[in-house]
Amino acid sequence: MASGLTVEVRGLTKKFGDRTVLHELDLDIAPGEFVALLGRSGSGKSTLLKVLAGLDTDVNGSATVDGKVSVAFQQPRLLPWRRVWRNVVLGLHPVVGRDVAIKALTEVRLADHADAWPRTLSGGEAQRVSLARALVREPNLLLLDEPFGALDALTRLAMHRLVEALWQQHEPAVLLVTHDVDEALLLADRVLVLDEGRIASEYVLGHPRPRELSDHIDVRAKVLADLGVTERASA
Amino acid sequence: MSVSTLGAPARADSAQQPPPERKPRRKLPDLRRWISPLAIVALWQIACETGLLPPDKLSSPWTVLQAGIELAGTGELGDAFVVSTTRVGIGFAIGAAIGVLLGIVAGLSRWGNYLVDPPVQMLRTLPFLGLIPLFILWFGIGEEPKIALVALGVAFPLYLNVYAGIRNVDSHLIEATTALGYTRSERLFHVVLPSALPNTLVGLRQSLGVAWLSLIVGEQVNASSGLGYLINNAREFLRTDVIVVGLVVYAALGLATDAIVRLVERRALRWRAA
Ligand SMILES: Nc1ncnc2c1ncn2[C@@H]1O[C@H](COP(=O)(O)OP(=O)(O)OP(=O)(O)O)[C@@H](O)[C@H]1O
Ligand SMILES: [Mg+2]
Repeated sequence: MASGLTVEVRGLTKKFGDRTVLHELDLDIAPGEFVALLGRSGSGKSTLLKVLAGLDTDVNGSATVDGKVSVAFQQPRLLPWRRVWRNVVLGLHPVVGRDVAIKALTEVRLADHADAWPRTLSGGEAQRVSLARALVREPNLLLLDEPFGALDALTRLAMHRLVEALWQQHEPAVLLVTHDVDEALLLADRVLVLDEGRIASEYVLGHPRPRELSDHIDVRAKVLADLGVTERASA
Repeated sequence: MSVSTLGAPARADSAQQPPPERKPRRKLPDLRRWISPLAIVALWQIACETGLLPPDKLSSPWTVLQAGIELAGTGELGDAFVVSTTRVGIGFAIGAAIGVLLGIVAGLSRWGNYLVDPPVQMLRTLPFLGLIPLFILWFGIGEEPKIALVALGVAFPLYLNVYAGIRNVDSHLIEATTALGYTRSERLFHVVLPSALPNTLVGLRQSLGVAWLSLIVGEQVNASSGLGYLINNAREFLRTDVIVVGLVVYAALGLATDAIVRLVERRALRWRAA
């Protein structure tokens, strides 16, 4: 792509019937940039991700992604009838062997579960397999839709460190959808808030990593206000 | 009496699990479960000996056993067995091929769904055993009507289960694998078909039960060979012992095929057991 951007979205509009979910949305993501996307439930975050993943082409406007995309969802969505290592490498072209899967699983510290059935994994383990499966595709853009949403708080903290390390190592651009403001402030270079179908506000985070929760305390209040937490706590 | 293979006993096969080396201690069948069946056989024997059950109504277990040995010795039983099993085998193969194929077509393609499903759903409501008179007119009284009856009985349960299995594939898995770059055929072989497999095996079990039932009914109507012929022929001569032998063989065949399906299930659905 001439622009050198990994993601370039211009005037993206998505309607379900006569309900407009995304409205003339613009979004740029640079190569290797870590972007967190916040927004109220139903604001269209997953919809945007689906468009970027190529799962929804019934839209107006343009959404271009330079290079390979891969995705991890809130639920791991592993194939229960394929062993863990097969889940990691299936769908890769050209077809690769077990050694590649083992290498990817080692990065998420699950090499010894390579031959397990997905059913036998804990939630956090399954989510790590899902991460390994996304990363083994060497994506230029990694889409994460609330990947830690279903995990307990401790596991989530460990996953933050893991994702940060994997990101630094593989350097994909990342678009992380989350409900957790602190998670966004810990991990992202840039935090976006989606509202009324467009990017309503944007915060660039400069603090070096690894970060502490207190590092962007000023931004935290603003983001929470954008999300309507202060005056409309019950909304 | 029918070979009820649908709700077959779950214990019969505990002694023949596939990898015996992984199970150092084989589970012994619980002997207490044998008390009442043996008692019933003993009562049956006594009833026959005391004349309570005359032999033209029901022969004693001992006579039945002797008749079985005798029929096996002359080769009559073996021949009948081969003829009947062949009928079921061919009928099942044809019916299963049709059922699975139509199920896949209707499950996978939109037009397949529009064109295939309505007529199959309508035909399904026909009591297919009632088609025997038509089948005799169409196919005569040779092997064909019996095989056709088995094939018809087999096709429906398989069709319905394959179709439902494919239709019920988890859309989240389709979405995820699409986003991860699976090709169409990879989605078919790694997502759609495996997810339809549990249902398909349920269908397989049902259809095997129906297959034996169809055979028995088909062989009652007209047969010059096979187990049904053996039984009908015995009726003419009031040989209740031979009739019971025939029934026992039917039952054993039904149980055997059911055990095979359960073996296949255990291997194919290992991922569920964990
Ligand atoms: N297939 C669909 N058909 C109709 N409406 C849909 C469909 N998918 C999403 N929507 C609507 O679009 C809106 C945005 O949905 P989306 O899933 O993108 O929200 P979200 O921001 O991801 O919410 P959450 O944080 O709860 O996951 C919602 O109002 C939803 O009802
Ligand atoms: Mg969502």
